[in-house]
Amino acid sequence: MAPDAALERTALYPLHARLGARMVAFAGYEMPLHYARGILAEHLHTRAKAGLFDVSHMGQIRLCGAAPERALERLVPGEIAALAPLRMRYTLLLSEEGGILDDLIVTRKEDGLFLVVNAARKKSDYAFLAERLEGAAEVALLKERALLALQGPSSAAVLSRLLPGIERLPFMAAAEIALLGENCLVGRSGYTGEDGFEISLRAEAAPGLAERLLAEPEVEPIGLGARDSLRLEAGLPLYGQDLDEGTSPVEASLAWTIGKRRRQEGGFAGAGRILKELAEGAPRRRVGISPQGRAIAREGTPVSEPGGRAIGRVTSGGFAPSLAAPVAMGYLESAYAAAGTQVELLIRGEGRPAVVAPLPFLPSRHYRG
Amino acid sequence: MTQRRFSAEHEWVRRDGEIYVVGITDYAQAQLGDVVYVELPLKGRRVEKGKEAATVESVKAASEVYAPLSGEIIETNEALSADPAKVNADPEGEGWVFKLRPDDPQEFEALMDEAAYKRFIEEKP
Repeated sequence: MAPDAALERTALYPLHARLGARMVAFAGYEMPLHYARGILAEHLHTRAKAGLFDVSHMGQIRLCGAAPERALERLVPGEIAALAPLRMRYTLLLSEEGGILDDLIVTRKEDGLFLVVNAARKKSDYAFLAERLEGAAEVALLKERALLALQGPSSAAVLSRLLPGIERLPFMAAAEIALLGENCLVGRSGYTGEDGFEISLRAEAAPGLAERLLAEPEVEPIGLGARDSLRLEAGLPLYGQDLDEGTSPVEASLAWTIGKRRRQEGGFAGAGRILKELAEGAPRRRVGISPQGRAIAREGTPVSEPGGRAIGRVTSGGFAPSLAAPVAMGYLESAYAAAGTQVELLIRGEGRPAVVAPLPFLPSRHYRG
Repeated sequence: MTQRRFSAEHEWVRRDGEIYVVGITDYAQAQLGDVVYVELPLKGRRVEKGKEAATVESVKAASEVYAPLSGEIIETNEALSADPAKVNADPEGEGWVFKLRPDDPQEFEALMDEAAYKRFIEEKP
């Protein structure tokens, strides 16, 4: 396949090429879809041992200033002000209308806040934050940094060989620490439902760390294909498919990200709509959907009452390698959102039975100390 | 002697007397990746040359299998229901998808032979 000159490459591109990755265009980057073993094997390997993901295409943003956490709270519904140093939080960047502009992870550092945002949104997030936080916080898009994710049940054993003690880092906590002589920000986090770490470091140092981790016997390189099936099984939404500017946190079944104090005080973008939906419910909800047959309901598949009218659509769907069955998530009218509700999927012109399922499809296995 | 022909949609067809066996090519399975489900046509169904007759789903995407010849489906490969990965492991053998009885066997002759198909996939961008 001819390389597209307009696409950017991460610092790990030469390593992906050497490992025989099949590259695809994703969010303006040329990224590995899978390596030689293929998506199924990579997915199952991550659940069994440990997988290394290049997620350097994601945006890394620093917020500095007198009180960047107070400033950011105007734009997100999460509890950021009370976030202890080196603790992390999943939250949502909101429009004034209460729509989701992006989902992100915020880490509280001594010198400010560190944000990891979606690749396809990083330029607009940066512009939005710079404009909305002008005078309250300095916003910097850190372009010279890479991000590696080590995910799977063996991750802690693997990383502790390089960083003794890191296995005791709590879930959603971070450490600023030297790794192979390079200053890294290591977080106990990820987007696979497994235990794991995300490591932010200078781009030039990333290939060396990636090769060192791949030299460990449990670790295999994992592409975006398995990243997608892993997060789908884990019930985690993907921005641009399962979340967008027209969707509120309550509709997205992400009300759990809205802090208790934030619910009482409001004071964030879109609070009018969101607090009303918290009290009265939203017209539609993001749910899990289990097709009863083998056919896969992919993004865009219409969902209806059995033999009846349309009630929603699938926003992510695929084959779940760990369950050996198709799974999907999508938005349904709230009256149909209860787990166990029988629905119908229209696949290739044929109605097929499915049932609303609790998320995640697979129990998460995060580190709980 | 068995004869094989190929379509531009990456199906192979093998003549077996009056019956023609259809599957997807090795090139097609490699492009698709891990096959996890094959939706087979009903036996007795009429299919039209160039129209969809079956669906092969990989982890990545659903891909139609087009009928390379017009005719009637007389058998489908039920073994793929239990083990769709046969399409990856042996696409041009045990991974066959359906057998059909063509309306006009001349349509077979009009498909690409092995050498032409090989050139066809090498020329793809």
